Amino acid sequence: MKKAILPAIYLTLSMTFVTGIIYPLFITAVSQLIFPGRADGSLVKVDGSVVGSKLIGQHFTGDRYFWSRPSSTDYNALPSGASNYGPTSDSLKTLVERRRADFIQLNSLPSNAIVPAEMLYASGSGLDPDISPEGAELQIERVARARRFGPRGREALAKLVRRSVRGPQFGLLGEPRVNVLLLNIALDTLHVTGRKTS
Amino acid sequence: MKFGTLDVLQVALFILSLAVLTPIIGSFMAKVFSGEKHFMKSFLGKTEELIYRVCRINPAEEMNWKEYTFALLAFNFAGFILLLLFQEVQQILPFNPQHLPAVSWDLAINTAVSFVTNTNWQSYAGETTMSNFVQMVGLTVQNFLSAATGIVVILPFIRGIIRKTTDDIGNFWVDVTRTTLYILLPLSVILAIILVGQGTVQTLTHYHTVKAITGQGQVIPVGPAASQIAIKQLGSNGGGFFNANGAHPFENPTPLTDFLEMLSILLIASGLVYTYGRLIGSMKQALVIWSVMLVLFVSMLSVSLYSEWTFHPAYASTPTMEGKETRFGITNSVLWEVATTSASNGSVNAMHDSMTPLSGMVALVNMMTGEVIFGGVGAGLYGMFHFILLTVFIAGLMVGRTPEYLGKKIEAYEVKMAVIGVVAPSAAILVFTAIGVITRGGISSLNNSGPHGFSEILYAFTSAAANNGSAFAGLNTNTVFYNLSQSAGMVIGRYSVIVPVLAISGSLARKKSIPPSPGTFPTDSPLFGFLLIGIIIIISALTFFPALALGPIVEHFLMLAGKTF
Repeated sequence: MKKAILPAIYLTLSMTFVTGIIYPLFITAVSQLIFPGRADGSLVKVDGSVVGSKLIGQHFTGDRYFWSRPSSTDYNALPSGASNYGPTSDSLKTLVERRRADFIQLNSLPSNAIVPAEMLYASGSGLDPDISPEGAELQIERVARARRFGPRGREALAKLVRRSVRGPQFGLLGEPRVNVLLLNIALDTLHVTGRKTS
Repeated sequence: MKFGTLDVLQVALFILSLAVLTPIIGSFMAKVFSGEKHFMKSFLGKTEELIYRVCRINPAEEMNWKEYTFALLAFNFAGFILLLLFQEVQQILPFNPQHLPAVSWDLAINTAVSFVTNTNWQSYAGETTMSNFVQMVGLTVQNFLSAATGIVVILPFIRGIIRKTTDDIGNFWVDVTRTTLYILLPLSVILAIILVGQGTVQTLTHYHTVKAITGQGQVIPVGPAASQIAIKQLGSNGGGFFNANGAHPFENPTPLTDFLEMLSILLIASGLVYTYGRLIGSMKQALVIWSVMLVLFVSMLSVSLYSEWTFHPAYASTPTMEGKETRFGITNSVLWEVATTSASNGSVNAMHDSMTPLSGMVALVNMMTGEVIFGGVGAGLYGMFHFILLTVFIAGLMVGRTPEYLGKKIEAYEVKMAVIGVVAPSAAILVFTAIGVITRGGISSLNNSGPHGFSEILYAFTSAAANNGSAFAGLNTNTVFYNLSQSAGMVIGRYSVIVPVLAISGSLARKKSIPPSPGTFPTDSPLFGFLLIGIIIIISALTFFPALALGPIVEHFLMLAGKTF
């Protein structure tokens, strides 16, 4: 029995070297070589400065931008996380009812409008970068009004939202969605050209 | 939101991919274990020999079951000490760009036990607790080694069946080294690089601080995540690099990564059943086991999908998206939930705590069966051995003959050991849950009240004893009570199953092999499959129905009645 003790220690150390040092450093080197931008976090730049990651959602308030989903961490990534409220939670019920009322009121929707589920419920990561196409469409009127878009600007905005929709990957996997940060960045440039042409 | 064609297609593609990959990976693993020539040997053969030389291991030496068990325990204990140490001194080690301090003692014990037992319960939030050094050199290593430990346990059992009148059941060091080098490492390299190509981060720099277009600041944590996530999925580990685990966009950025990570959860466990058939020389035996696993998997998946798509709280007009990511939607969240809880993986891409009661119950039941529906790598199959022996024994009682399995007589010793392997983890779940619900330390951590609160505690101890690691994560388990009681649960759940399997293996190897007679109950028939399913369901249901009735079942009816707590 005793003779197992030394190999146990040596093998643990050897494997630590192979799987804990060589392996992750090898993956880091290969990744940095062939996918440098993605390995570093898919950062997005506007006018040369980094404004976020296209994979990490951000909090948008006010009427001039499209809103992300509710987040139990308020898009603070340190650490990520969810509400973990169960289906019979009173707190969740209160939150969802308030979010629905707010979404309907602030977007001037009819009181019986069906608000897409992702705009009522917080995500698992608290950092969900996406909303559903419906979630984006229902916000078009509000954003257009806040930016004082005329009919042409409004049409351009609707087109932008449609263009921003990413369907299921390979037409099969996952759900259709709109990346809120990328949409809002595109929205800012739309605003500039909109002003110039009108 | 409606359950549609795309949902059906994705589930079908998942099951089909698993079925296609199973024989491919299974036959490769059979070659590795039997020491035959295979292509990975030309890459890493030299490394294998070097490791034996450095560690003074004689690869030709055989062990009896006690030596094998002791080697396994010593190896796991060494890993535990090293991981504990790294967490306690991470502030003075390199690769700590955020200058994170030492981990508290009870959390460090919990994490070390958790990763060594292949549970990978997370009482910590990775991005604010663990340095890159601990993630890479500590946690990633145990992701590999605990997985390898689980896989190798099936090998002595196989040798026990095919060998006759011997004490030798193999060499633990050789089994573990080959499994890590030739199976886990290459698969992880492939998966990790695909993940980075989709957006999973892999870098050693400090976190990014950015100024958003709204003028607000945001800190974006990064790290060597892809290398850890690959083995976390493949090795049925499940401990995330980030707190949100597979829901975090940096761990699981796209539907494709989601699909591949889900497939990886079941890949090796499913392949091992094929490997088993290869090595015992009867694919029909393996097919029955695999079919039993698949039938249970599809049944559980159907219940969970039905519950998530059909039932929702009275105040909602749609299925709930609480705790789910937009890019995955409901079906992929449920598919992952069922895969990760059948397979003792425990990673999540959606929060189980927020799922509908019956869906949460499916997760609980998957774990309560002892994780034998594909199960953890190795762990699923060796857990299944216990149920197979019990089934053979009960079938033998019914026809009044001495039960036998693959030419080996199953006697009192084997049955006693199999019963320990089934009962001990179940007892740990129920006893610890009972302690949890009657002590202040247990209930002060609750995030939800009413029956859901009870489910949170039940889930925590079920997950620990089943070495799963997923959570009803609202429960705050980073307390001394939970960190230590969970650690005990994880140790009992792991070794009270492994040691009896090894004891049975030793006993089987010593026996003569008897040719099948007309009185032998065949174990490669559909009839045996039905009996096996029956035994698994009856044992789990008898043990856990009362607890489930107090938690998810009563919550389901209260939810439909519009009650909240």
